[in-house]
Amino acid sequence: MTTTQVNPYEDVKPIKPWQITIKDVIADLISVVIVTIATFVTLAVTPMRGKLGFMGALFFYSIIATIVRGFISKKPKSIGSSLSSLFIYIAAGIVVAPVMSILYTIVVRGVKGLSLGIFKHDMGVAVPDSPLNEGGLLHALIGTVEIVTFSTIICVPIALLTALYLTEIRGRFSGLVRFLVQAMSGVPSIIAGLFIYAVVLIQFHGRYSGIAGALALSILMLPTVARVAEEVLKLIPDDLREAGLALGATQWRTVSRIVIPTAKSGLITAVILGVARIAGETAPIILTIGGSDRINWNLFSGQMSALPFYVWRQYLYGGETATARAWTGILVLMLIVMFFFTVTRLLSRRGSRV
Amino acid sequence: MQRLDLAVIHLPFTLALFQLNLWIPDCEHYVPMSTASVSTPTYSIPSPREITTKPRRSDLIFRTVVTAGGFTSLFILGLITFFLGYRGWHILQDSGLHFLTGAKWIAADPDAGTKSNYGIGAMLAGTFVIALIGLIVGAPLAIGVALFLTYYAPEPIKRPLSVIIDIMAAIPSIVYGLWGYFVLMPHAIYWAKLIHKYFSWIPVFEMRDPVFMRSPFVAGLVLSIMIIPIMTSVTREVFAQAPLDRVQAAYALGATKWRMIKAVVFPYGRSGMIGGAMLGLGRAMGETVAVYTVLNISYQYNFQVLFSAGGSVASMIVAKFGEASAVEIDALMAAGFILFAATLLVNLIADKIVSLGKKGR
Repeated sequence: MTTTQVNPYEDVKPIKPWQITIKDVIADLISVVIVTIATFVTLAVTPMRGKLGFMGALFFYSIIATIVRGFISKKPKSIGSSLSSLFIYIAAGIVVAPVMSILYTIVVRGVKGLSLGIFKHDMGVAVPDSPLNEGGLLHALIGTVEIVTFSTIICVPIALLTALYLTEIRGRFSGLVRFLVQAMSGVPSIIAGLFIYAVVLIQFHGRYSGIAGALALSILMLPTVARVAEEVLKLIPDDLREAGLALGATQWRTVSRIVIPTAKSGLITAVILGVARIAGETAPIILTIGGSDRINWNLFSGQMSALPFYVWRQYLYGGETATARAWTGILVLMLIVMFFFTVTRLLSRRGSRV
Repeated sequence: MQRLDLAVIHLPFTLALFQLNLWIPDCEHYVPMSTASVSTPTYSIPSPREITTKPRRSDLIFRTVVTAGGFTSLFILGLITFFLGYRGWHILQDSGLHFLTGAKWIAADPDAGTKSNYGIGAMLAGTFVIALIGLIVGAPLAIGVALFLTYYAPEPIKRPLSVIIDIMAAIPSIVYGLWGYFVLMPHAIYWAKLIHKYFSWIPVFEMRDPVFMRSPFVAGLVLSIMIIPIMTSVTREVFAQAPLDRVQAAYALGATKWRMIKAVVFPYGRSGMIGGAMLGLGRAMGETVAVYTVLNISYQYNFQVLFSAGGSVASMIVAKFGEASAVEIDALMAAGFILFAATLLVNLIADKIVSLGKKGR
């Protein structure tokens, strides 16, 4: 037993070349200042104007500054790397900009027509040109809620069975079924509308109705729900299934009493994602529900309206008030979609924490 | 007192268990013991359960129902193919190849005595043009964002940015359409004018008339924003799977971040990038409402992308649907059938490319 061991490397500090030093920060600051000044000077002196000119000049000088810094710091080989970082940051910025612009536009333009009245009235008496405090979108809201609810009722059992086939039966055709679900998710929404039109309205001589719209939307909802549900069911450990079988339960009881309850929150997420996907679908709705300006509670007969259809009709009508109505419709629609979106986020976060 | 009661009640069970224990070691040669030897004659040992792998009736029903449910997607896809093909068949037969190449779309008018002339060539070409513009603008951005999210983004930015990408995927297409028309188009027209001013020596940027509104260029820009989420998610998933040992080996050899990405991530994720781009192409080809609002549909071949005339099969269907006669609706069904087949083909190829890349690793 020695008393103390002397560490010969005690004085040696580990170097951390990746750490950001004060020198780097100062260099960053200086180059940002120089680039900004150069941009403003260019805008003042040359005929370049506006946001585009500003962005272009900023971009140009950032590239110059990056290259110059590479040479000053005697690391010319790192220029490529810094340039690509610059491009990638700019790409991320470019992608974020339209989303922010869209959300901002929806709120600013949609608020104009927003009042309690629009949730109390339909467009039965008012015309698109009448002032914003007349009429409302209650009929569209009712239509959307009914149609989306009904397509959920049609779609969820089928989607759940598809997911169960892929995860529980794992039959010979799993690959094929997975591929078909993938293929279905690529079906353009208008095709679903055309298909339902061909079957319900032409083949069976039906009329425009909410049920036709619900059928079309359930086709679009199926792949989303099935794929997410499959992902969720895949996460259930096989131990649970084997434990169920080992206790003498049949597969049916294992699935219904163990697998599905365990995956419940994930499955709910799948359904809500599907709802968020179809709530704003416009093309199939245009082809199938016919549109109406009055409240129609009956899904099975008579023409109906839905929020996307309402927006579409007001937009096509044109004019100031109609456009304002369209934006209000979009605001309500986005509020619904974002509500479901937030719910799925919260649910999946809770699920991942457990 | 209570405990004693419990013991008395449990005694027979304990004994029965003991008995079970006795015959477990040679259960294959199990001969039922006579119940007389058991100390409590009221409890007889049940005969052993017959063990088979044959599913019970409940399981048979379960498996049948689930398998049937699993094939619904095949059923639906089959029905779509059948009905669209069935309705549009006589149009396709009458027009023949002209349906794919012709640019005119004229419905028969019995009063004027004009014959119908259906051709979606210009629309098909226009669909590919706008989808391609969307891809050219969108794919580099999507790859950039995917790289940013996997390798560049500081931790606090990562989560909000991925939420924003998810929101992009959740925004309905009509919202993109109206935003594109009212907000993006004024800017896009300005950009188009700049491009025309400096690059008009390139054939596709030429103009016959200075009409910049509702051009394929604007539609392509809107589409590029719409397809960024799906391309980003596919590409990002592949980038995130790049093997860590190779990434670190590249760093250890002194590679900068960009060199590492070029040497490891891109070769590894090539199939994901191509497949994601093709999935985006498929989505772009099927977009209806958004394209309708920002594109001036005109029945002529036009490859001058800045000029206000373009085509899109899906938007044409919506545009013509309202006042179409029964025969014209059949023609629209035929157009839908072609669009369906084209998107299915593109998606199939994309799927194959992505899965081939996964298998190759």
